[in-house]
Amino acid sequence: MTTSDSRGDTVISAELRSFIGVESNAVTYEIERHAVERFACAIGDPNPLYSDREYAESTSLGGLIAPPTFFRSLLPGGYPKPYPEPFAHILDGGSKYRYNEPVKVGDQITVVRKIIDLFEKHGRMGTMLFKISEIAYTNQTGRLVATQTTTTITYGAGEKDSGVGDH
Amino acid sequence: MAITNSKTGISPLVFEDVAVGDELPELVKNPDTRQLVMYAGASQDFVAIHYDQNVAREAGHPKVIIHGALKSAWLGELVTGWMGPDGRLLELDVSYRAIDFPDTPVTCIGKVTETRIEDGIGVVEIEMGLRNAEGLITTPGRALVSLPFRADT
Repeated sequence: MTTSDSRGDTVISAELRSFIGVESNAVTYEIERHAVERFACAIGDPNPLYSDREYAESTSLGGLIAPPTFFRSLLPGGYPKPYPEPFAHILDGGSKYRYNEPVKVGDQITVVRKIIDLFEKHGRMGTMLFKISEIAYTNQTGRLVATQTTTTITYGAGEKDSGVGDH
Repeated sequence: MAITNSKTGISPLVFEDVAVGDELPELVKNPDTRQLVMYAGASQDFVAIHYDQNVAREAGHPKVIIHGALKSAWLGELVTGWMGPDGRLLELDVSYRAIDFPDTPVTCIGKVTETRIEDGIGVVEIEMGLRNAEGLITTPGRALVSLPFRADT
């Protein structure tokens, strides 16, 4: 009997795998007018729906809304126990958003994230860990307004980049 | 009859006006490192490869890189600016296939690939992408939007 098997080569430990399906601590954000305006300014989107209240009220939306990727600023809370990130560097692989309704200024949005899959690939940067997470955004009436499914790639040894591990 | 918004003078886009093959007006972005810092602050994404040259090099990049999510925001702007205030964004998918760097212009492009009526709603599918200076699509994407019918505006 051999003491090593193929599973010994994976970076996905039983502890890491145990995070699949675990929900992050819920965090609720009030969608604040100036935060929306600042986000729209940072991405360089001049759409008056994000900043001109009078105009926004004159449209079928009835008031100011947030840009579709504003959800990126509504950071999910941590997991009940610390996520054991094995790698130092991080890359964002992409996002898939599904929208049920626009987020309006003044909404209260509750954010919950869970990891739905973990897998690894071997490439020019060595072993890379792919983490697929689904983030649910629910408003003050309990309606799911949107989900974002993210792919996060981590790789490489060494000192962790600041920000790695928060994600 | 379409109602023109009294403030902008723009008639909203309606489903009947859209056909497969229509191209969205191109959106050119030329981000500098200042914009990356603004985006880091606005989005709370403080991963240092977006503002610290040394950290970016240690992670294997030639210089600081553009946040993938900022590229998503631009593709979001491309489609929401085109559909206007009576359109509704239903889906937005963006995949970061290659890295982009500040101080180089990129162009957001999009094309209508499908129009259909689903449960009485006019739905339009758009294939999008972020094209770099070499002509490579670094960031493919797609969007699904609903547009009002002319009779409803």
